Amino acid sequence: MHPQFRLPGAHSSSSPSSSSSPTDRRLSALLRHLADSSASSAMDSENPHTTTISASPTSGFDSNSVFAHVVRAPEDPILGVTVAYNKDPSPVKLNLGVGAYRTEEGKPLVLNVVRQAEQKLVNDRSRTKEYLPITGLAAFNKLSAKLMFGADSPAIQENRVTTVQCLSGTGSLRVGGEFLARHYHQRTIYIPSPTWGNHTKIFNLAGLSVKTYRYYDPATRGLNFQGLLEDLGSAPSGAIVLLHACAHNPTGVDPTLQQWEQIRQLMRSKGLLPFFDSAYQGFASGSLDADAQSVRMFVADGGECLAAQSYAKNMGLYGERVGALSIVCGTADVASRVESQLKLVIRPMYSNPPIHGASIVATILGDRDMYNEWTIELKGMADRIISMRHQLFDALRAKGTPGDWSHIIKQIGMFTFTGLNTEQVAFMTKEYHIYMTSDGRISMAGLSSRTVPHLVDAIHAAVTRVV
Amino acid sequence: MASTMLSLASASPCASLSMPENHKGKMKVGSFEFSTVLGKERRNPFLKAKSSGRITMAVAVNVSRFEGITMAPPDPILGVSEAFRKDANEMKLNLGVGAYRTEELQPYVLNVVKKAENLMLERGENKEYLPIEGLAAFNKVTAELLFGADNPLIQQQRVATVQGLSGTGSLRLAAALIERYFPGAKVLISSPTWGNHKNIFNDAGVPWSEYRYYDPKTVGLDFDGMILDIKAAPEGSFILLHGCAHNPTGIDPTPEQWEKIADVIQQKNHIPFFDVAYQGFASGSLDADASSVRSFAARGLELLVAQSYSKNLGLYAERIGAINVVCSSSDAATRVKSQLKRLARPMYSNPPIHGAKIVANVVGDPSLFNEWKEEMQLMAGRIKSVRQILFDSLSAKDKSGKDWSFILKQIGMFSFTGLNKAQSDNMTNKWHVYMTKDGRISLAGLSAAKCEYLADSIIDSYHNVK
Repeated sequence: MHPQFRLPGAHSSSSPSSSSSPTDRRLSALLRHLADSSASSAMDSENPHTTTISASPTSGFDSNSVFAHVVRAPEDPILGVTVAYNKDPSPVKLNLGVGAYRTEEGKPLVLNVVRQAEQKLVNDRSRTKEYLPITGLAAFNKLSAKLMFGADSPAIQENRVTTVQCLSGTGSLRVGGEFLARHYHQRTIYIPSPTWGNHTKIFNLAGLSVKTYRYYDPATRGLNFQGLLEDLGSAPSGAIVLLHACAHNPTGVDPTLQQWEQIRQLMRSKGLLPFFDSAYQGFASGSLDADAQSVRMFVADGGECLAAQSYAKNMGLYGERVGALSIVCGTADVASRVESQLKLVIRPMYSNPPIHGASIVATILGDRDMYNEWTIELKGMADRIISMRHQLFDALRAKGTPGDWSHIIKQIGMFTFTGLNTEQVAFMTKEYHIYMTSDGRISMAGLSSRTVPHLVDAIHAAVTRVV
Repeated sequence: MASTMLSLASASPCASLSMPENHKGKMKVGSFEFSTVLGKERRNPFLKAKSSGRITMAVAVNVSRFEGITMAPPDPILGVSEAFRKDANEMKLNLGVGAYRTEELQPYVLNVVKKAENLMLERGENKEYLPIEGLAAFNKVTAELLFGADNPLIQQQRVATVQGLSGTGSLRLAAALIERYFPGAKVLISSPTWGNHKNIFNDAGVPWSEYRYYDPKTVGLDFDGMILDIKAAPEGSFILLHGCAHNPTGIDPTPEQWEKIADVIQQKNHIPFFDVAYQGFASGSLDADASSVRSFAARGLELLVAQSYSKNLGLYAERIGAINVVCSSSDAATRVKSQLKRLARPMYSNPPIHGAKIVANVVGDPSLFNEWKEEMQLMAGRIKSVRQILFDSLSAKDKSGKDWSFILKQIGMFSFTGLNKAQSDNMTNKWHVYMTKDGRISLAGLSAAKCEYLADSIIDSYHNVK
């Protein structure tokens, strides 16, 4: 299957010199790819030195293309779930992979208050589409910081916070990561195990190296607090630590406030730099303030931290890509210098951020009535999810499904780590047309009262028939 | 609030006993002066306070982790607009702006854009995540607009198109692709070029060098220099070309010169990399402005094209564009697209929906599309018209016999006046005409009414300032 490549004057693929030919360089890139995808067993048996590759005259690859060496990337694992779901003709299929809110009818939701804001924007004849500043819409930045840190936050009042509009959570994490890779002395970031699949890639490409700290305990389906403390305790001083502000993705397991306080003390004692990922503020518990407690606790002690905010879920603005990166600094002077350097990261990436989503957010947050309406709609979404948790838990108990399912109501946010293993998941997909990620994560947002019984049947069957 | 004061004192408690080595050389003792009341407050275990219950000087041995960060210089182009805003003189003129202005010097939102947005709102579409590669309907129309809907490339599915964050974001994705799959390959950029090009390649880790382009003696193209430099580049280099309306000079190769450029690129197995930010905006014709790209593609060359809808649809702030990679086979295009997605995912996951929908609606609807073409001709027409008026004014007022015709020969939003830095400074300081220091003026910011004034300022600066 693999063509045999022989590089004339074989050399290792590690350091492409400017004098090597384009073909050499491309073949080296191909080699790295094949080695990475660990498909090199065939090559190993032929070639004792796996760094030697060559293009044989009879190789079947397209020598007419400069992209001949570019292999096809695998489909994104999370998106792959929806792709498979879409292909399934079954009338009872259920998509629990989706990371987006669905109504009780299983439909995507655009909040009323968002529609109102859009109407207002369209009706405003004074609006233009001129470039935003590199740091984004100023009103949006101010309001986002207040939302995150509290309107009365001393850090804000002392001008110690720089907030820049970014492309949702991902963009905020990436810009923050790039900034740290350039300006911070410690280039390692610790992320919880498990975490959102994209975190590692974001930070690697930003230039940081990634390590993990223990987080999820499969035995309890809860937090491995001891492990967490030990791992953070043995991290090098000054290391960056990624923390999910609330509604941990994918487990739904959050530290208690007391545990957060211990984490804070430990981190401050070791000078570890907190980098919060806040993608569910208000969406987890239904309360914007409660869901920001972890972050605010750290800011209250006067220390520095980073926070990536997303409005994808809590305002349903998924596709608009609205978010913000805030860096809380020791002084206002530092904050202003930090902001100037953030601009140097952003300008060569996309110049300045998109206006539409940020304008919607600023409109809502800046209007008392709309803000209140938003909190009501937000609580509505959070409540529906909590209700699904209870319905699922009650139904599993009523059915007598073996096991302790209380984690379903203890975990918080959009996702539940069911504890089902890959075989059980595959079984549920095959026999019951339930689509979820292979780690056993289900999106409660994809459930409805109507579909809970079907899911319960599937879980029951999986747990009793598949080990 | 007491806890606030406590918090100030407890800032960055790593400043206590065990000083991590990373703080060596960054210590600032006593840079803060504040007091703290440690009464019944929760004791801060990290603060070496001498006592509790009375006011203490808590020496903040802590330093911000970012203390060593220096203030970055302001963006050279944005700085112009900021200075303009501060100027109170009523004659002031902002020719730094890279955004279209009406004759009344107001920003312009196209009518078709307003119509499209109203339609979108009426339809009540959802805001679900786009796929990583962007809106399919947008990707389809953007490739067709660029290459021509009946181009065999498109039928043969040889173009990998991924929605990007306007021109910058599309260039950045391409740069990331080059860095990963063509390690060591260089990008050649024109001298001069848009200021952000080098930043994009620097941040992406792609080496670059310059090819000669602007000839100050003729205020025209140094064609021989350009050809020599492209020939001299290592085989398989990427040659960054402005599809039309070169920024900042406004000087484009003629069709014959484009052919010769393509010849030498082909000879050296270089890869053409087009930056197309002004399709339709330069000449007023979408097809004419795409002719350079299309002629290269027609030769069967593989190439990259970054597109932007900032100027031609006035969608500056919506950040809508695309990266197109023309490959020799549909299989290669599929693979390349998958790798572009792999680069986009850790950058921003998926692109913003709003601008993409506007473009898809405008280009996809025949009557909106026609209306767009008319509006675009108006914009391009206004720019051509002020070029003419400025030229006429300069020719009439300047008795030295200097040839100002380069203003008519240059095309697009920008004009390289040939003024040097001192002369450009004079334009600003004496005449309150704001422009970039390289002598570039944006004709998009010039009104017919101001042409005479501008002519006076240019003549004065050119002749009286060295």
